[in-house]
Order: sequence, then structure tokens, then C-alpha cells
Amino acid sequence: MKEELIVGLEIHVQLATKTKMFCGCKLAFGDPPNSNVCPVCLGMPGVLPVMNRQAYEYAVRAGLALNCQIARFTKWDRKGYYYPDLPKNYQISQYDLPMSHDGFLDIELDDKRTKTIRILRAHLEEDAGKNLHEGLDHSRVDLNRTGTPLLEIVTQPDLSSAEECRILAMELQKLMQFLGVSEANMQKGHMRFEPNINLKITEDGREYRTPICEVKNLNSFRALERAVAYEEWRQLEEWKNNHDYTLDNYGKQNRGWDDDKEETVFQREKEEAHDYRYFPEPDLVPVEIDDAWLDRIKSEIPELPGVMKKRFTEEYGLNDYDAAVLTGDRATADFFNQAVQAGGPAKRVANIVTQFGLKTANEQDRRMDEIGVSTEQVAQLAQLVENGLINASAAATIFEIILDDERHPETIARENNLIQQSDTGALEAMVDEVIATNIQAVQDFQTGGKKSGKARGFLLGQVMQKSKGKANPKIVGELIDKKLKK
Amino acid sequence: MSAKLTEDQVRHVARLARLNCTDEEIALFTSQLRAILDYVAQLEELDTTDVEPLAHCLPVHNVFRADEVRESLSNDQALANAPQRDGEYFAVPKVLGDTSA
Ligand SMILES: [Zn+2]
Repeated sequence: MKEELIVGLEIHVQLATKTKMFCGCKLAFGDPPNSNVCPVCLGMPGVLPVMNRQAYEYAVRAGLALNCQIARFTKWDRKGYYYPDLPKNYQISQYDLPMSHDGFLDIELDDKRTKTIRILRAHLEEDAGKNLHEGLDHSRVDLNRTGTPLLEIVTQPDLSSAEECRILAMELQKLMQFLGVSEANMQKGHMRFEPNINLKITEDGREYRTPICEVKNLNSFRALERAVAYEEWRQLEEWKNNHDYTLDNYGKQNRGWDDDKEETVFQREKEEAHDYRYFPEPDLVPVEIDDAWLDRIKSEIPELPGVMKKRFTEEYGLNDYDAAVLTGDRATADFFNQAVQAGGPAKRVANIVTQFGLKTANEQDRRMDEIGVSTEQVAQLAQLVENGLINASAAATIFEIILDDERHPETIARENNLIQQSDTGALEAMVDEVIATNIQAVQDFQTGGKKSGKARGFLLGQVMQKSKGKANPKIVGELIDKKLKK
Repeated sequence: MSAKLTEDQVRHVARLARLNCTDEEIALFTSQLRAILDYVAQLEELDTTDVEPLAHCLPVHNVFRADEVRESLSNDQALANAPQRDGEYFAVPKVLGDTSA
């Protein structure tokens, strides 16, 4: 028996506009319920939606970055929807003429192989509001989110593991953030995933396909990966117990994800497309995009992570790992770029950001730009290290201090007596003293061979200790070599 | 409409629209909808070969607004017509199942 997992992913990305897709209501997370609503997004009779130009341009920018064909002519459609969080009873979406289609995105798997995931389409639509029913005998409806512009990205069924789904989702998050079209903040629900999952099983020369299950509304990378892994296991078990558990017999179904029990739950048979009764939206006119407009949107695409990573290794001589970490998210990349622009030597800035900055950010569960240090301070700190004024351990100490001290790192270094001693005269005296009191180590060093390196390290350590960590280790090493090498 | 609309089709559409209909209503709506569809079916007499499907009846495109915030309604205004409210929320009969926009 051989089984193969087949997954296609639908991803909803909330666009970073100030206002809704078809009305001027503010988009804000955490505002009081039903405070950002108007007759348009409440679905009052007689109102007319008007397209948000910025939302359309963001969607095109994303489509271009997903290597999609951009449709020169698109229109809007109504999709039947019968839940109170979208009170018009339909969702404005794009059915047969999406604004972009036929693209691809490359992902790097954990074993460093690159896999191309084809994108079927990416289209614009409006979000629904929120139904809340926890612990109530009725549902509460908040329509602040109703009408939020969403980009729906649909992949071909090219994903063949839960892990690949997670990697693609994270890659998309990074891409959307670099493009500036979405904050793609998972905590704020800016990205939601709906994997379509089934198995192709071959046994005794026969091929079976299990029913396609769509898991709705997953809002974390972890939930996405777990839900796909769970479905892979569940569908195989069901089929083992009953070889008639096939797509032909059971059709498609929708399932939900129970985050506490970590399992998917049957919701309902999936409606077929004609059950949504799509038809052209008469209240909105079509969109036509000409060369000039498309060129302008293209010119607004910023440097993307892949290109940036290459630039970091080629231009700054960073290693692959550091370059990948620094381009891992938009906030970190921006911070690094700004610190370098502020005059910080790139390699030193990279060390400070990756070793101290991101460590702090992770501990505080914040972004690099939210931990309290400014890009100027990091640039200045990097210069101090570069110029040999402070050593690595002093840099770590100063970094801790500037997390909540806005002053120049050099001021802090002087105040805390952290400027390292590079004055050869003073250091020479210390080196002489150490040489005089450590005859065995001096002998080992001069004998050469295995023990030599160790002895040198020991002597250096002794001088560092004498200087209370403030000696410039490079100069001390040079002095030791000069004095002891025959 | 060459094939006549069936009562089962009407039941299916009613279910999709979350409508509860009695058998009498289904029979009534089926005959009414049949009449409407027959009327519209007259359009099929037209030869539409080589005619592009029309996306919109007006020869207008690209009507946009700038991404600028406009004032919303107050919470009380927004809820003024709601049959039921629960504080700042609309209150509706309990919704189960997904919200799958
Ligand atoms: Zn509104």
C-alpha cells in the first residue's frame, strides 16, 4: 500500500488599508463593537458600494509578487451567504474573472530543496463580521470587520505534507509583510487558512481517493500544520476500516478545527459552486487596468526577502544563516537596513541584531523595532565595537542598558567604565606581570606543540582578568606573542 | 428553460436560503417560479452567437474612492433598527456552524 497526501491551500490575507473595501469605515483592531459601521457595511437597502483604490492596488501588487497574470479586465460577483455577520446575505467577491491568476511561489523545504507551488488565482473580496456565542443562549454580532478587504489566494493541490503547508503559509506571511500590503499579524487574525485535503492510496494495483475535506478558518501556523497532519491520519484510518470511504461515494465536506482536542470535526457537506448562486454584482462597475497603471504598481514593489538576502551576503559579506535571519521578517530587515544606513558597520550591526536584539525580542515576544533600542543606538554601538573601544562582552552589557536608556552608547560605556584599554604602555605592564608569575604557562607556550595554544589562551585570560575585562584582547594577544616568541 | 423546474429544486434553493417552507408553499412557489422562468426563457429565442457576455449594463469602469476614513454611525444609530440587541452587539438566534466568508 502506498499513500500520497494532496493538499491545496486557500489563504485569506487582510489588506493594510485604512478603510473598508466598499465604504469609508475605519479598520481598527479592538475598537468597541459596532462602532466602525455605516449603512453600506450594515447592508441597508438602497446603499451603493464604492471600491477602495488602495485595496485594489495592494491586491495587484501582491498578485505580481506571486508571479500571477494580472487580469486587464475584472468584475465583481455576489456570492450567496446566509449568516448574520454579513447582513446583505451575500458576499461581494470575484468569481469567473479574478484580478490575478496562474502564478507560483517557491518555498524552501527543511532539507534545503526548493519546491514550486503553483497559484491558481488570487482575488479580492470582503470579509464578514464576527459572531460570538461562547456561553450564551443567543449569538452576538459585531460588524466592525464586515467589509474588510481580503485577498484570497488559492494554490493548486501541490502541497504534499503538513510541513510544506506551514512553510508556504510562513513564506506568504513574510512576502505580504515585505510588500507592505498586509501587516499579516496572526494575533490580529490577518491571515486565515483553509486547506483542502485528501489522500491518493494505491493498493493491489487499485487507486483510491479519499473524500476531500476542507478545514475552515485556521488562524495560526501551528493549527494549520496540526489540522493537515490530523486529516492525513484520520482519512487513512477511515479508509483502512472502509475501502468505500472515497471521494466518489462521500463527496466533499467541511470540517472545523478543535484547538483544545486537536482534532477536526465534521461540519457539513460542502456546497457546490452553483449552490453559492454567484451572479454579477450590479452595484459595482468593472475594473480595467492599463499599462501605465500596472507599471506604476510594479514600480512600487519594494526589495523582496530573497533579493535582500542575496544582497546581504554579497554586499556585506554576511553568512547565509545571518542573512536569512535578518530577512526572516520585515521588521527585523527594516531595522537592520536602517542601522546600516545610520552608519553602523554591517557585520557588527548584524551581530548585535542577531545575537542580542532578536534574543530580547523573542524573550519579550515583540518585534525587533519594539524592544526599546533605536536604529541609531545600534549603529553607534556597532561603531564602538568596530573601533575597538569596547569588546564583545561590554557590547552585551551596553545593549541591556540601552533597552531603556536613550543616550549614546559611548556615554554609557564611559559611565560604566567599559571602554577597553588599548593603551599599549599600561597593557604591557600587565602582560609583563602575568609572564613573570606564570612560568609554567610561559614554558608550555614556548615549547610549541599541543600545549602551546592552550597556554597562550591562559596567559591572555590572566591579563584580561587583571584588567577586569577591559583590556583589548587583540592588543594583549599581540603583546604576548611579541614578548614570548623567539 | 427546456426542463421544468421541480419541487425538489425549489426545496434545495429554500434550504440554501435557510427558509422553512410547508409543502403547500413549495407547490405554490414551484408554479410561480416556473412561470417566471418561462417568461425569461423568451430571451433564448435571440441568437447570441458571437455576442460577448456583458459584465455590467453601464459603459463605465474604474469608479474608485480614496482610502480615507469617513465618519461611521454611532453604536446606537447602528443598532436602532435591530429587533434585538445585547449591549453594543446585535443579538440573533444562536448561530452554529461556520462563518465561511
Ligand atoms: Zn461602513
